Order: sequence, then C-alpha cells, then structure tokens
Amino acid sequence: MATTSVPRVRVPAQAKAGDIIEIKTLISHDMESGQRKAADGKTIPRQIINKFSATFNGKTVFEADWYTSISANPYQSFFYKVKETGEFKFVWKDDNGSEYTAASKLTVA
Amino acid sequence: MASGDRFCSRRRALQLAFAASAGLILAPRFALADANAVADEIKKLYGDKKATDGKIKLDVPQIAENGLVVPVSIDVESPMSADDYVKAVHVFADGNPLPQVFSFRFTPECGKASASTRMRLAQTQNILCIAEMSNGTLYSAKAEVKVTIGGCGG
Repeated sequence: MATTSVPRVRVPAQAKAGDIIEIKTLISHDMESGQRKAADGKTIPRQIINKFSATFNGKTVFEADWYTSISANPYQSFFYKVKETGEFKFVWKDDNGSEYTAASKLTVA
Repeated sequence: MASGDRFCSRRRALQLAFAASAGLILAPRFALADANAVADEIKKLYGDKKATDGKIKLDVPQIAENGLVVPVSIDVESPMSADDYVKAVHVFADGNPLPQVFSFRFTPECGKASASTRMRLAQTQNILCIAEMSNGTLYSAKAEVKVTIGGCGG
C-alpha cells in the first residue's frame, strides 16, 4: 500500500428507538487481488482486507468476509435496529495482519 | 439466386473472421472459475443440502460498463427476530478467477437482512447468491451481469 487506509463511516447521529437505520462505510485500500502481474512478469502478491465487522456496545451487529472479487476501496452498507444510546465500532482486517478501526456514537432521542 | 448466395456466404465468412479475431483479443489471460467451481464452494459450506429459489432480492446491474466496480445489493425477506433471522448470505461469481465474492453474516440486531457492496467482474457471467436462515434452510437467487470492460487488470 502506498498510503495508509483511511476508513470513512456514515451513521446518523440521532435516531428513535425502533428505527432501522442504514450505516455506510468506505475504506481506502488497493485490494490487490494476487492476479495482476507487474512489468517484470512477477505476480503482485495478494493483499486485501479480508474481514469487516461492526459491533454496537460490544455486541456483534454485522460481519462480512471479503474475497479477492471485492473492488478496491471497498464500500459496505448494512442496517441496524436502534435500541439504545451507544457506540458503533468498526474493524477492517488486512491480509498483512494490521487492523483499521473507526467508531461513531449514536444517540437515541 | 446464385449471386445472392455468394453475397450471403461472403458476409457469413466475414462475420466468422471477425468473431474469431475478437475471440483472440478478448481471450482471458488467467484461469477462470466456472459453474462447477461455484457448486464446489457451496458444497464445502453446506454439503448436499438443496437450496430453494425465492426470498432473496439480488440487485445487480444488467449491464456493467466497468467490471472493476459493480454494485451489488442483497435483501432477504425475514422478520429478523431473535429466533427467525437470516444467518449468512454468500455471493459467488462463476466467471471470475476465484468464485467467492463475499459472505455476509447478519444478526437479529440488523433489523433487516439487507446490505450492499461493490465487486469486480472479469467478464459477463452469472452471480449466484445463497442465503442461510437461522433454522438452517437455504434459499438461492441468480442473476446475469453483462460486463463491457472486464475488471481484472490482466
């Protein structure tokens, strides 16, 4: 990776209990598929984000396993049924072992 | 009519020649998966269990101009209650170098079993989606995406 991965997350700041809200996430990453060849004919080794997970107040909400067919700068959206005020934590796991994280607060009005 | 026949056969010959050269240019330079590879992957996950059609709305474009970024959304019909929810959704592409695209794992916390992401498609191919419910039943859905420019870098 030329640059470090920067996650971006969109969560509504406020919601009512019982609402189903959409959460949108995006992270910058090459998602190198391991299929491409460099100019010298050598295969560029695979390096993708292979797992995304979202938890709310420590409880798992949604998880995704990503394979090499996922586009660069992977986008992921999913839904959450609002219960209480708390904090989302998002984790992206890279093939190289590093983790990228983001968090955002949700207030129940 | 003899002259008409000759015209037709020349046109046919030209068509064949064109098709052949197009085939050479577009021939993929990497091994691609096929429907069998997808079936194998599903077997690895669920054995011989059969999936029935329905319940899934698989939203992909009919024609993708750029195979590098093809939006894909899935929406599975389910009450998403604590004892009746969608556990997992897997998507496979039978014309990519590797058949798996993603596996989503839902929980009742989600409220609805709906999610979207973006995938790469190397060529025109079928997308197969399998959903596993909390009681173990499987549902499937299939869609074809025509790809104008393949997304594998080559």
